[in-house]
Amino acid sequence: MSSRSSDQAAAAAAKADRRADAAAARSARDDAGHDPMRPSDHVDSTAPAEATGGPRLGPIGWLRFAWRQLTSMRTAIVLLLMLALAAVPGSLVPQRSSDPNGVIAVRDANPDLVWLYDALQLHDVYTSPWFSAIVILLLVSLVGCVIPRMRHHWAAMRSRPPRTPARLSRLVGFQTVPGDAADVERAEGVLKRLGYRTERYADSVSAERGYLRETGNLVFHGSIVVIVVAIVAGSGFGFQSQRLVVEGEGFSLAGASLDTLTTGQFVSADDLPAFGVHLDELDVVYETENPDAIGQPIDFTAFVEVTEDGETHPGQIRVNEPLQVQGSDLYLISNGYAPEVTVTNAEGTVVFDEIVPFLAGEDPNMSSLGVIKLPDGLAEQVGLQGFFYPSAAQLDTGAYASYFPDVLNPLLTLQVYTGDLGLDSGVPQSVYQLDTEDMTQVAGRDAPEPPLLIGPGETVDLPDGLGTISFDGVRRYAVIDVHRDVTQGWVLAGAIALVAGLLASLLIPRRRLWVKATDAGLEVAGLARGEDPRLESAVDDLARRLRGDDDAPAARQGDGRASPGAADASDEPPSTGEPAGDPRA
Amino acid sequence: MPDVSWDSYSLLAVYSSMAVYAIAFIAFAFDVARRRDPEEQRAHERELVTAGGGSAPTTTAPATTARPARRNLAKVGFALTVLAWVLHAAGTVMRGIAAERVPWANMYEFALTSIAIIVGIFVFVQLWRDLRFLGVYITGLATVFLGVATVNFYVSPTPLPPALQSYWLVIHVFVAALGTGFFALGSGLSILQLLRSRASGLAFVDRLPGASALEDLSYRVSVIGFIFWTFTLIAGAVWAEHAWGRYWGWDTKEVWTFVIWVVYAGYVHARATRGWRGTRSAWLQLIGFAAILFNFTIVNVFFKGLHTYSGLE
Ligand code: HEM
Repeated sequence: MSSRSSDQAAAAAAKADRRADAAAARSARDDAGHDPMRPSDHVDSTAPAEATGGPRLGPIGWLRFAWRQLTSMRTAIVLLLMLALAAVPGSLVPQRSSDPNGVIAVRDANPDLVWLYDALQLHDVYTSPWFSAIVILLLVSLVGCVIPRMRHHWAAMRSRPPRTPARLSRLVGFQTVPGDAADVERAEGVLKRLGYRTERYADSVSAERGYLRETGNLVFHGSIVVIVVAIVAGSGFGFQSQRLVVEGEGFSLAGASLDTLTTGQFVSADDLPAFGVHLDELDVVYETENPDAIGQPIDFTAFVEVTEDGETHPGQIRVNEPLQVQGSDLYLISNGYAPEVTVTNAEGTVVFDEIVPFLAGEDPNMSSLGVIKLPDGLAEQVGLQGFFYPSAAQLDTGAYASYFPDVLNPLLTLQVYTGDLGLDSGVPQSVYQLDTEDMTQVAGRDAPEPPLLIGPGETVDLPDGLGTISFDGVRRYAVIDVHRDVTQGWVLAGAIALVAGLLASLLIPRRRLWVKATDAGLEVAGLARGEDPRLESAVDDLARRLRGDDDAPAARQGDGRASPGAADASDEPPSTGEPAGDPRA
Repeated sequence: MPDVSWDSYSLLAVYSSMAVYAIAFIAFAFDVARRRDPEEQRAHERELVTAGGGSAPTTTAPATTARPARRNLAKVGFALTVLAWVLHAAGTVMRGIAAERVPWANMYEFALTSIAIIVGIFVFVQLWRDLRFLGVYITGLATVFLGVATVNFYVSPTPLPPALQSYWLVIHVFVAALGTGFFALGSGLSILQLLRSRASGLAFVDRLPGASALEDLSYRVSVIGFIFWTFTLIAGAVWAEHAWGRYWGWDTKEVWTFVIWVVYAGYVHARATRGWRGTRSAWLQLIGFAAILFNFTIVNVFFKGLHTYSGLE
């Protein structure tokens, strides 16, 4: 850089005494560079003045020491890495919250490991004490780190840029441009125009910019706290419920009519909004043309009628497009088929006439599993278990499968069990599961009679002259999730603030620049506060402007403040001008 | 109705680009293997000082222009990379035309797009800094990953299932790919930083910018990746809220996106922490990138979750 080589004479003259006070210069740099807003192990702070083997710490000393450790950058890194590591097991082992069926399957498959899953809470990782402990420690560390910095930043924002260090020569981009004390005012003008906050100190000007960087950093860390608090609070004030509803039927939010209901600590079932939902039709579109995607779902739309305050109005729920009613959201979670089944006993009396939801498993072609329990009205208790195939085809093995998810060739295949359904044992039973322990298969794969095969509109005989069963038709059902999350908006606001803070804190450079009149000319140098890869070019740019390469040379109208005595002023002990005083104290 | 012929043109372009990437890789590898005379090395070091310091003016007279012959292989490698990238980008666009939607809705397409973005960032970053010494790494990565994508992940174009029919797919996944691209570049720089930080005895390594200059570059690139990743995380949560009725449910894919984010937050801290800056922070950047690769390959294929969008059965 040519400007620097032009300064060589001045630099050489200063060389001798420079070596002499090299140490002093370094401490000037440290003073200018130390950032009391940073934990002591931050790279921008001076070496930690931790007492090694010095005076013994009292209890207060120990507390203070522990607190400093907890709020140090090192601890933050370690806790962050622990958090990352702790989150992993939850992706390897099924979680109760997101995959309850997976939990059951894993436990059934590995009975020897069940104790381990329970001991380590591997099915509830994200609510387990050990995971929470890491999160809480991290938050405490975060708050402990951020609050002093907020106080400090508040003061810094209202204070003036710090006093010019005595020696600029050790700082970044140091160079000398022609000029004298009369030019300092012009320099101040240039810096102001560049967006710096400036302060005159005798024959020098001190400038600082980028306060928004620190603001951004604090906003970023602060919004993490906001988000976590909002999430925790949200779980206390919201509710979540699910209901399977067949076309042509409806449900109301009154607790008893829901399949599942989870309410937060501060919500009771009475606080649920009062509205009803009736499913008119679930419209499903499957791909029929693309040979690589035959049968792939293209669209699900639930046409509903919502009843609130005695009035009814139509609505639609689609995947990705929830319906909002009274501050609650209705989501379409899944769908399936519900065959209409009638059972008549040997005397010809109808003992069962219901629409029975069958659950679709993993099969994209919607072969679905269902159970019908007939405790009363027949000669003995009967359980039926089997499949509904929307588009049935017989395989070479004789078994059936579905070849398309829509209803093209519906078929119901049922195995028949007789015996004790176990409904009187007092243990609650799932309507989707048949406990066959005390039952005998009388028709099915393991029985003398083959399973029942029933097409739509057909009626077939039950084995042993028990009666008849008919398959009258099929409807679709939708599983609708209704929930309210009152703090969701806060979480979103926190997330937006987080991004804004992150952008400000990573992209806005924070730096100080100084211009000082000396006998050799105007000395210019800068100092980064945090990452600032462009600092050097910023100093170069300032020097260029002062030389008048970019700027038309401003009229010299010094106010005479730059007196010879100014040279003495710069020999004052340097001070950072930071309001908190010596940060190492 | 997806158009089959566009898809076969797309595949043709992708296969060709793989071949050209492979040749570019060989050219870069030969460039790396070639020793330099001491004088040029000194010239190179001057260049590096600039790379680290970041002052633009001096790069107007880079050392490379003084001795054009020496950089020939790197130039060839770079020109081939650009050619391969154009083919690759064309293949990606044609895949989108074939599928009649954005080409990043299943694993194969996401691989196609994100590798195109990785290489694209490498190509365009040269306008800012001469990082051609990363050519071996980037073209190697592109060749291997495109190979895996076409052989193991390929599926014919299919329409979108309802859960993916959302403009959030366009935003969330594309931003994830952008983040991945910057992290990939940063990982290359961190690997070189680690090599450079000890006496390797490799001529190629000794010719590189100094370890701390490499670290600075890696940090600047990775931080941009981190911004995109933060956005990915948030956009994903918003989308999950629309599609599944909750913004966060610790689904496997959500877990891994979070893990990656937290590791990179640790990396950003490490950069600013005494005792962690340097080698340790470089390792963190590499752990983060390894988690990204793991998330994309192993998690997508073998882990169960709502995000099973790989299109593979
Ligand atoms: C929830 C945990 C945390 C996360 C996710 C996190 C994330 C981040 C990120 C992404 C940055 C870089 C962007 C920015 O400056 O805003 C950063 C910077 C910073 N963080 Fe954190 N942080 C966490 C906790 C902490 C804690 C506990 C401390 C206190 C020890 C801390 C101190 C700092 C400091 C001093 C910086 C500025 C670094 C610099 O000068 O470049 N952070 N943090």
